[in-house]
Amino acid sequence: MEKSRPLWDNPLQFVFACISYAVGLGNVWRFPYLCQMYGGGGFLIPYLIMLIAEGMPLLYLELAVGQRMRQGSIGAWKIISPYLCGVGVASVVVSFFLSMYYNVINAWAFWYLFHSFQDPLPWATCPLNSNRTGYEEECEKTSSTQYFWYRQTLNIAPSLEASGSVQWEQALCLTLAWLVVYLCILRGTASTGKVVYVTASLPYCVLIIYLIRGLTLHGAVNGLVYMFTPKLEQLSNPKTWISAATQIFFSLGLGFGSLIAFASYNEPSNNCQRHAVIVSLINSTTSIFASIVTFSIYGFKATFNYESCINKVILLLLNAFDLEEGSLTADNLNEMKDHLMATYPQEYAQLMPQIKNCSLEAELDTAVQGTGLAFIVYSEAIKNMEVPQLYSVLYFFMLLMLGIGSMLGNTAAILTPLTDSRVIASRFPKEVISGVVCFMNCIIGLIFTMEAGNYWFDIFNDYAATLSLLLIVLVETIAVCYIYGIRRFEKDLYTMIGCKPNWYWKIMWAFVSPLLIISLFIFYLTDYILTGTLQYQAWDATQGQLVTKDYPGYALAVIGLLVASSTMCIPLGALVTFIRKRLKRERVSTVA
Amino acid sequence: MQCLSFPLHPGNCTALCTTAVRVCSSPDAQNAFKVRISIKTALGDNAYAWDANEEYLFRAMVAFAMRRYSSKSTTQISNVLLCNVTDRVSFWFVVTDSSKNVTTVPGSEVEAAIRMNRNRINNAFLLSDKTLQFLKITSTLSPPVEPSTPVWIIVFGVVLCLIVAGIVFLIVSGIQKHKKKNKESTERENLEEKVEVTLENGIPCEALDLKAGHINGVFAAEDERFTSL
Repeated sequence: MEKSRPLWDNPLQFVFACISYAVGLGNVWRFPYLCQMYGGGGFLIPYLIMLIAEGMPLLYLELAVGQRMRQGSIGAWKIISPYLCGVGVASVVVSFFLSMYYNVINAWAFWYLFHSFQDPLPWATCPLNSNRTGYEEECEKTSSTQYFWYRQTLNIAPSLEASGSVQWEQALCLTLAWLVVYLCILRGTASTGKVVYVTASLPYCVLIIYLIRGLTLHGAVNGLVYMFTPKLEQLSNPKTWISAATQIFFSLGLGFGSLIAFASYNEPSNNCQRHAVIVSLINSTTSIFASIVTFSIYGFKATFNYESCINKVILLLLNAFDLEEGSLTADNLNEMKDHLMATYPQEYAQLMPQIKNCSLEAELDTAVQGTGLAFIVYSEAIKNMEVPQLYSVLYFFMLLMLGIGSMLGNTAAILTPLTDSRVIASRFPKEVISGVVCFMNCIIGLIFTMEAGNYWFDIFNDYAATLSLLLIVLVETIAVCYIYGIRRFEKDLYTMIGCKPNWYWKIMWAFVSPLLIISLFIFYLTDYILTGTLQYQAWDATQGQLVTKDYPGYALAVIGLLVASSTMCIPLGALVTFIRKRLKRERVSTVA
Repeated sequence: MQCLSFPLHPGNCTALCTTAVRVCSSPDAQNAFKVRISIKTALGDNAYAWDANEEYLFRAMVAFAMRRYSSKSTTQISNVLLCNVTDRVSFWFVVTDSSKNVTTVPGSEVEAAIRMNRNRINNAFLLSDKTLQFLKITSTLSPPVEPSTPVWIIVFGVVLCLIVAGIVFLIVSGIQKHKKKNKESTERENLEEKVEVTLENGIPCEALDLKAGHINGVFAAEDERFTSL
């Protein structure tokens, strides 16, 4: 008797699992950056258009395939057409790469979380140098938060070549992160289903607390006004539209096989059309919500830095000209500067190089994305709040929940095909399979805890998933629409849900989404080809800032391998199936 | 330039004033130190005004520091000379040695004395190292208090124990459930095997209800079809 497929306890668990997977760190650290770079409030227009044009249709497609075929990605695409088993394998390979490096972010979140239980916060002040007469040189050149991130967390090497040794503190945090993931996926949907209640809802609680705190901070309004003022001229920049399309695409996590895996544990009659719309809307709303919080934090940080800058200039002038305290304020600074320039021209000229021009716009304009935003900018803002320990714990716990939620989806994408395959599942119980996958990922992930580990992390982050996913989803859409047949798919959906998809879905699946993906694909290829050599940002300890360097040869080879190993699976899978069928036919004909 | 010393012996006045003039006209003299005081920054609304009394206290504190450092009671308040007091509140000071014919005490001694008693001087004025600055004397910064085991390892240990306990619990309960299921299925198999081998037409005798006779239930139900006699 075949074991019945495990199911979610109720449809809510499925929705929460999808939300928990889709709402991840990208909503917090990529969307606000894009909003800032590409026209502020005006960016919402291309974003919403792309949501309707590609986000919702593709999400519905994947969920429907998973729910109909009731198999993981490899099995599901094999059913659609035996030549498409390569698509499933490519999804698993990309998910494997992703889970290798993504959990390192959770390790960093754990590190910051554990360090938040101190007073003062360790990134609030620079450590002292060896003879205790001043602060550490590297920390003086940059800020204490950047020093904490680059030196005390990562202990980053000056370049990719200088690999250095494994940092044991980071290795411990990474091991803990993998143990947490193992605990959550140990029992399959039984345990995952309970965990997603927490990982999906807790980030929203923290975001609401931060929204209230953020909006009441001094200077928050500056950030909000500056960022959300629409700069509609950016709409004519093609990069705006491409960034919107890319963000929707990657934010929903299409193509990894996680959505197919989650949907395969559904009841066959589950209304996945409604769920697809709900999940994509919630994902986009969360992005906008998170960017409101981020912009108010930005505004607070920029105002704080601007006022510190002004105070430094005032102090400099007071000390140089021995003026009475309080005679120079932020309001009369400019007039007093002119007055001093007129009265003491020589001394003022000597002082000129040290007097910085403080500008609030310049502070607001510093756009940061990725780990820089999440760990440096936020921790800098937090250290200046009251009761910073509380906000720090809340924030990094939220990052942890977001990261673990996404990891659950990634590991589900790898484990579901493995547990579906009878060869493996009959020999080993699923606890052992999960354990082996987690263990292997943990060992390989130790690379990212080395001194040059952050540079390898950036390589994986930028190249492991981008091109491959576009190709995978393109093949998926074409397969469902043209190989499986859209009428057959329509009938399947009618049997499952009870209503046929209307013309909007069909047009998007058949024409609009594939065209969008093809144009994205062409754009990325031409971009890579035109830029020539690929470069990366390395941390220079002597200057206290990032410098651009070229990737060495073996790093370029690794990048090529990453992209090739997943994209080549698709044609290879088709070829292998073709050869197998040929051999079978020959064997049958010789026997007959 | 104002002569700011109040000599005990009128005879020394001119000599001390001359020293003060010499120091103040060449403020880069090795043995003079510039002091910068930021009362408003430190105390805000509770700031006091810097007047002659505060200057007297300052001179007294420096004399006190010199006395404590060199352990000889020859330094008087009159030996400390201030000059060039500005609105910023900053000024230069120098310490003279009346026993050695009104020469200035070497800067290194003054520096060491101030360093040793910095805390007392700061507290006398309700200020700190940052708001009462001796420009040539760098203060040693106090390192933050660090516990013997870093806090993060303790939190890490707690979380690690909880997670490992959770994993072990889930695995063990999974194995127990598996064992129970196996035991149940093997018990059921054993029960079926224990049944005796007497068979009639492939059916074990116990299953047959011998008392009821050999009535075939199929035909018995169709009695109504036959017409009654």
